[in-house]
Amino acid sequence: MATEPVPQRRTDIGPPHYDQFLHPLIKRNYGKWKHHEALKPGVLVHTAESGEAIYTVRAASARLLSTDFIKWVCDMADKYADGYLRFTSRNNIEFLLANKENIDPLIKDLNARGVPVGGTHNSISGVVHTQGWIHCHTSATDASGLAKTIMDELDEYFSSHKLPQRVKIAVACCLNMCGAVHCSDIAILGIHRKPPYVNHANLKNLCEIPTTVAACPTAAIRPVTVDGKASVEVDREKCMYCGNCYTTCPAMPLADADNDGVSIWVGGKVANARTRPMFSKLAIPYLPNNPPRWPEVTEAVKKIVDVYAANAKPWERIGEWIERISWPKFFEITGLPFTRYHIDDFRGANKTYRTTTHMKF
Amino acid sequence: MEDKPKLDVPTPKLDELEKGPWPSFVTEIKRAATKSAMARDLVRQVEQSYNDRVGHWKHGGLVGVRGYGSGIIGRYSGKAEQFPEVAQFHTVRVNQPAGWFYTTKALRELCDMWDRHGSGLTNMHGSTGDIIFLGTKTEELEPFFTELTQKGWDLGGSGSATRTPSCCVGPARCEMACYDTLALTQDLTMEFQDTIHRPAWPYKFKFKMSGCPNDCVSGIARADFTIIGMWRDAIRIDQSAIPEYLGFEGFDLRRDVLDKCPTKCIEWDGKKLSINDKECNHCMHCLNVMPKALRIGKDTGATILLGAKAPIVEGALMSSVLVPFMKMEPPFTEVKDLVQRIWDFWEEFGNNRERVGELVTRVGLANFIEAIGLEPNPYMVMHPRENPYVFYDVDEAAE
Ligand code: SF4
Ligand code: SF4
Ligand code: SF4
Ligand code: SF4
Repeated sequence: MATEPVPQRRTDIGPPHYDQFLHPLIKRNYGKWKHHEALKPGVLVHTAESGEAIYTVRAASARLLSTDFIKWVCDMADKYADGYLRFTSRNNIEFLLANKENIDPLIKDLNARGVPVGGTHNSISGVVHTQGWIHCHTSATDASGLAKTIMDELDEYFSSHKLPQRVKIAVACCLNMCGAVHCSDIAILGIHRKPPYVNHANLKNLCEIPTTVAACPTAAIRPVTVDGKASVEVDREKCMYCGNCYTTCPAMPLADADNDGVSIWVGGKVANARTRPMFSKLAIPYLPNNPPRWPEVTEAVKKIVDVYAANAKPWERIGEWIERISWPKFFEITGLPFTRYHIDDFRGANKTYRTTTHMKF
Repeated sequence: MEDKPKLDVPTPKLDELEKGPWPSFVTEIKRAATKSAMARDLVRQVEQSYNDRVGHWKHGGLVGVRGYGSGIIGRYSGKAEQFPEVAQFHTVRVNQPAGWFYTTKALRELCDMWDRHGSGLTNMHGSTGDIIFLGTKTEELEPFFTELTQKGWDLGGSGSATRTPSCCVGPARCEMACYDTLALTQDLTMEFQDTIHRPAWPYKFKFKMSGCPNDCVSGIARADFTIIGMWRDAIRIDQSAIPEYLGFEGFDLRRDVLDKCPTKCIEWDGKKLSINDKECNHCMHCLNVMPKALRIGKDTGATILLGAKAPIVEGALMSSVLVPFMKMEPPFTEVKDLVQRIWDFWEEFGNNRERVGELVTRVGLANFIEAIGLEPNPYMVMHPRENPYVFYDVDEAAE
């Protein structure tokens, strides 16, 4: 019986070289760009030393995309951008146009399909986020749903430049923080609030006990014998619900419909512009998981953005604005309660205590 | 493409997330579900999660393609009887092209392959930078991989491996780029194929390349090895471009540029702008505000920082400076040598699941740099130590 020839198996070939994906105009001016400007929200023009210009139209995306949608995006790029496009680190789609005349027709077609254009300069760009209930086992909330409801609320800031500075929002559905959201202007973080449930009957079969004990950052896990079976127990006083043990040991799940939820962190940045990169700091220790639209979370995020927009000086990122007005003022004008949870009590916490009398009343 | 694909399964909770101006991931799953039984069961399982307020995925399992230890994330439904089509729903990470540039031809080809072998759902892109193909069955992995490599694509990293390096748009479309982020990313990715595909480290190791201190790919917060473009000479000033900015409505040179310069090293005498470059700390603010008038210098290279990570296990870290300035030209030998020395030390002394930043914290930066052959340098710290408990070298003292 004749068989199909099996194609030779290739390994370790690496990604295709980027060179073949660059617009010819970009190739010609590679490394020779002179300056750029935003023509309007979502539209950039980069001019090269040669005088040639490439126009970028930046569009929002849901990050989770069907192949049908991507193919439609390709249709748009074929029609207006000579078949060239790219994506940004915040999941935006960028069409790269050699012809200025194509900008408005492209935007018209995008908007007609419900695709907003924006995310440039002093705007809220796409949300960096994680997998959540769509695809992960340790999630305390759903990242896609939160990103969607939050951006529905803040859409006007995506398609305008009216904020004092850019605001970067990120959502992570557990402390693993795939995508490291901890230096964002606003970070939404899924949290567990109860120690793991230990499945003593199965633990020995599913997990290696010494590795499980070693996985805990606070040494809350001890080996024990339960009903003659080797297992572990969790010291509830020491547990901070990070889920590290569950990553190592499937017999220690933490998910809990009524107690899981979301915390909100503000004032982080990674760019070095003006001030140093900063970690985000705790603004709201807990809000409930209230799908499908998390009204408590969207309302809180909207409020923080609105207060920032109304009070910050031009060019101040959220963290720079708060540093200037001081944290007590931040809590005062946002009306967010300051609680015991806002005072750090982990290693090195005393570095965050106020060792000065500089205070604003 | 349908605007609002209709499914024969009721999803009242998720339907709420098809409302509003922002593009909806629910609509995307439904689009895929009109063609794929897997996507159809995904929408049903996620609806269930929205009702139950918990996820329904089980722990990953070991799946992969022959000869690779990474690139595939095993995923199994915890409700396989109810949603049999997602009983197996593995992720495939495909190494993105540097800078995330595509032609429509290449993107369509990728989509067609994924329609043949998976759910038709993707993330463009995942947090590390890879193209994420979301959801396929174990039996599809080898055929998909074969097709993928025939078309010139390969898998990215996962687990305790070198993760897929990623970079900002750099010199392809940004005047701020101080080195070729795409070339370096491509070069390191090719050089380190083995460690990307075969996890052999204590834990993950991420590379991110940003062309300047704006750090558009967040390397300082997200990458174990962070390469940020830098210049050492003077900012180039085009005096003739300044009047255009002065003419912009709402622009105030003093308020928006001079006063915002953190080192107050810019002066304006009404006709001429001057910068005291010895004082400039390369923050980027003035260049970001007036890109037509100001340009980075010509003596360019990069700063190398080490150690960023998310909280798990020992708390979040930012990367800190290891080499204040290094020239960054192909074949990038100096940076590769440095990476190798760091890996040798980490491989020998790193504990299981200890990121390199945590190892440095545990052994101390001074011991670490000595081990990898770097001299102490004041650029490495915010300030010298405050704490007087100094471990002097006893032997040295006795001499
Ligand atoms: S942040 Fe946590 S729950 Fe979310 S995708 Fe990452 S590991 Fe999974
Ligand atoms: S959840 Fe974290 S702190 Fe609690 S027992 Fe597990 S590893 Fe330890
Ligand atoms: S990091 Fe700098 S060089 Fe890279 S895209 Fe951002 S501004 Fe441009
Ligand atoms: S880059 Fe920053 S520090 Fe340097 S001159 Fe400009 S604003 Fe001042």
